[in-house]
Amino acid sequence: MNGVHDLGGMQGLGGVDVEGNEPVFHNPWEKAIFGTMLATMGQGMYNLDEFRHGIEVMSPAHYLTSSYYEHWLETIEKNLIEKGIIDRDELDARTQEFLKDPAAPVPQREDPDLAESLSQLVRSGASTRREVSAKPQFEVGDRVRTRNVHPRGHTRLPQYVRDKQGVVERAYDAFVLPDANAHGDGENPQYVYSVRFDAEEVWGDSAEPREVIYVDLWESYLEPL
Amino acid sequence: MSDSYPASEVEIAARAKALESLLVEKGFIGTDAIDKAAGAYESDIGPMVGARVVARAWSDPGFKEQLLEDASAACAQLDVGGMQGEHMVAVENSEQVHNVVVCTLCSCYPWPVLGLPPNWYKYPQYRSRTVMEPRKVLKEEFGLDVDESVDIRVWDSSAEIRYLVLPERPEGTEGMSEEELASLVTRDSMIGVGKPRTPEG
Repeated sequence: MNGVHDLGGMQGLGGVDVEGNEPVFHNPWEKAIFGTMLATMGQGMYNLDEFRHGIEVMSPAHYLTSSYYEHWLETIEKNLIEKGIIDRDELDARTQEFLKDPAAPVPQREDPDLAESLSQLVRSGASTRREVSAKPQFEVGDRVRTRNVHPRGHTRLPQYVRDKQGVVERAYDAFVLPDANAHGDGENPQYVYSVRFDAEEVWGDSAEPREVIYVDLWESYLEPL
Repeated sequence: MSDSYPASEVEIAARAKALESLLVEKGFIGTDAIDKAAGAYESDIGPMVGARVVARAWSDPGFKEQLLEDASAACAQLDVGGMQGEHMVAVENSEQVHNVVVCTLCSCYPWPVLGLPPNWYKYPQYRSRTVMEPRKVLKEEFGLDVDESVDIRVWDSSAEIRYLVLPERPEGTEGMSEEELASLVTRDSMIGVGKPRTPEG
């Protein structure tokens, strides 16, 4: 979707705010939200593409004014409610209880099997690379044009490189297609390519000199030139 | 989900606790599992891991070749890898080329070698500007003046490949041990918004 998350080339957002000696988590709830993501996505309650899309459908004003982990909380809540794992009303009711008594503890529960499987997930990852029988459509050095498409759902083809000419710089393996996987349409794996764009092709006269941009794109985002 | 935004920190904290509590009570998660998994990124997984990889590449030409050929396989030799770094690619800086990494769509970042990203990497300013005016962003926001004779390569990590910048080894480091070299490698130098420290500091 042409959402506010698709930020490449957007102007007027201001300076980069670098925090010196930034902690990994700024407070306990950032850590709790991060851990809750690991435990829920890690158990397959939703997938990475559904997680990302849940952030993209936030209202643009909300997206731009809220913190990173507020984005995460929004999408975890949305996905768990949609999957029927938690209920909106019970979540709201429990939130009210914690607002009245912010120091109340979260009930503790030990789950050694989950602890081990999450540690394993952190160490080994969860690759979305898949074997496909089809041959890749493109090879390194091929000239390509990105499609001029504006899907309403999730996509990883950024707006700033749509309908642009580029060259295949690296040819990768096939990966789960986010456009399908975010919407329950299966994995539909496709080859991914790192496509090189000259800055002039993308930004015209506004391009800085001696700049090239590499964007990783799924095969169906591209057409041969 | 909130009706008004942004939510206050008090409200976010309450919602996070409510979510965690419900999942615990339903038997879906364990608080120990969450604390341990998230805690790994506070202790074991961070830029010091990537610094070890870079120092090895600076010291061992064979390893450097492997790193540039297949970064995930090279890192696995050092027992480095995992979530959000299943498919890593290292890109090398030189006198002619400066690489910088961004994620314009979200906040993709090579967790196994750099840990979790800093806020500036995740917020709209860096993400919007780095693809359009990298030289300006590097100079004005990070104090890194890339000579106009040097090519800038911007890597937008829009799929599941994660990029690590291999910075240039600083001068005056001949004879330093890998451990000493690793102490010069900064997080920012592996994103491409900074240079490694020099032996003089």
